[in-house]
Amino acid sequence: MIELKAIHKSYSTGQQQVHVLKGVDMFVAEGELVSIMGSSGSGKSTLLNIIGILDHYDSGHYRLAGTPINGLTERKAAYLRNRMIGFIFQAFNLLPFKNAMENVALPLYYMKVGRKERNRRAMEYLEMLNLTDRWNHMPNELSGGQKQRVAIARALVTQPKVILADEPTGALDSVTSQEIVEVLKNIHDLGNTIIVVTHEHEIAEQTQRQIILHDGLISSNEVDADILPIRA
Amino acid sequence: MIGFDGLQEILFTIKQNKLRTLLTAFGVFWGILMLILLLGAGTGMQNGVESQWGGDPDDAIFFVPGTTSVPYKGLSVGRQIELTQSDMQTIKQQVAGIRYISSENQLGSFRQAGSIITYKDKSTNVAVFGISDDFFNIKPHIEFPFGRQTNPYDTDESRKITVLGTRVAERLFPKEFDPVGEQVNVNGITLKIVGIFWDKGWEGRLSERLYMPLSAYQKIYGSGETVNLIVARITSDYDPAEKEKEVLELLQRRHNIAPDDRRAIHSWNVAEQTGETRAIFTGIDMFIWFVGLGTLMAGIVGVSNIMIITVKDRTQEIGVRKALGATPVSIVGTLMVESIMITAIAGYTGLVLGVAILELVAYLLNALNLSFAFFKNPEVNFQVAITALLLLIGVGAVAGLYPSLKAARIMPVEAMRAE
Repeated sequence: MIELKAIHKSYSTGQQQVHVLKGVDMFVAEGELVSIMGSSGSGKSTLLNIIGILDHYDSGHYRLAGTPINGLTERKAAYLRNRMIGFIFQAFNLLPFKNAMENVALPLYYMKVGRKERNRRAMEYLEMLNLTDRWNHMPNELSGGQKQRVAIARALVTQPKVILADEPTGALDSVTSQEIVEVLKNIHDLGNTIIVVTHEHEIAEQTQRQIILHDGLISSNEVDADILPIRA
Repeated sequence: MIGFDGLQEILFTIKQNKLRTLLTAFGVFWGILMLILLLGAGTGMQNGVESQWGGDPDDAIFFVPGTTSVPYKGLSVGRQIELTQSDMQTIKQQVAGIRYISSENQLGSFRQAGSIITYKDKSTNVAVFGISDDFFNIKPHIEFPFGRQTNPYDTDESRKITVLGTRVAERLFPKEFDPVGEQVNVNGITLKIVGIFWDKGWEGRLSERLYMPLSAYQKIYGSGETVNLIVARITSDYDPAEKEKEVLELLQRRHNIAPDDRRAIHSWNVAEQTGETRAIFTGIDMFIWFVGLGTLMAGIVGVSNIMIITVKDRTQEIGVRKALGATPVSIVGTLMVESIMITAIAGYTGLVLGVAILELVAYLLNALNLSFAFFKNPEVNFQVAITALLLLIGVGAVAGLYPSLKAARIMPVEAMRAE
């Protein structure tokens, strides 16, 4: 599903060049639930952003579901983000002036789905995440856990190939965090491919495979015993 | 590109930023409103001054006899000059470029409605004029609601007919009544009406007259060959001032008048009189445009500013939308339509209110029967107003285009990081 080869990425902050990713090789099969671990500054979020086509990479090769992700036009990039990727952010990134249902329906708007159908599908996913009774609440009327569940519903609504979660529990307490992890596991059980970036071991341990990023390189690629065999 | 959904998106964001939207809208509204009011006031002043004019065409030159003030060829001062029909004939024969020439003779003292006109049991005052052929060619602005002008046959046969001004006709006849063919009595003489005229000059006071053929006038009142006023129109290839001088010199020679005697024959040309006023109005016009465009520019700068701030403010939101699959076209389109909608609605409101205020002022001036010498019928050239509005909308859109293109091009990660 996801193939990364020798990915390099550096940022320039003023005068200095910061080399964040120094040749990352990574492979994620369809249906996997993978976590990317690492200390802050290890480049794990940058890696996830590159996978989610939210950021460019400098060199290397990246294929998403067979499509080479390189030198895309903005239009094509928008299309791939819309159809292939569901992104879950640490800060939820819900639009504050839209209620829960409208937030969930937004990706479908860019998919050019009609309004009625959009809202119907959004309600479906809200129901799946036990938020039916909150559909018309504005984000500021929801708790952190509820907000993240709305964001997850929004990531799922286009039925993307990959769900990418960047510290999805980073802004939540431990009870709510576990709640969100359970939700992600349930979604995985439905056959979704999920990559979670986290720095919490308790969460990483609940995924099938932990990729540990250290100083811009993958230092460990530990495979859980009961995982399906990975095709090389 | 922007359907009902897009519109809803825009309305959401507008509602979200009420104050900002309102301020932008007000800037545009005020710019257009001021421009309209300024242009309207300028036209009002111009209309006011023009209504004071006689309405004579720019190529007309006038000659009125007076008394000599300089002794010449043994003739003493104080001699009354009399212009005659043979003067007219000579001018026509000897001066090149005379298109029409005609004359006026007035009964009684100059510019006074000293005669009584009677129709059945009604009577009123009227100024009686004898005119030669071509008179109505010299005053082409005169309209005829009923009947016809005088013609050469009237002159040849010295017909006792008359063309009556509307102001006089209104006092003698019921409304909408066609008086052509009716007989009126003027100072004991019976005249048949062949036409009714409307002359807007001097705010309509020139319509308090009656005109009859000069031949009939001379027979009835025994004025002989003399005329009180000679008026001519010249062809467009000559300068009116030069022709005025040429004709004046001819008349001075014929009547033995010193070349430097300014009182013996008074002459003037319309072009010179209106030219000065027109020059002033061109100046005022330019000033109005300068101020108006300045106000408009302020509006444009306001719109541009707000668009830049709007895009900056919403960069994070744009990042989120891009992460969810928004195309650059949809982002730029939404921002553009938002800008265009605000400027269009605000500008149109300003336009309508401006025109409404001008209409109200015009209505009040009429209703209260107020007439100011220098202000009348404020109005605005609608095409100019619409052009200004479109300009404002266009520039507003262009001003918003650059920042929104920039915002649409940056990577979502960067956009979301912006605060």
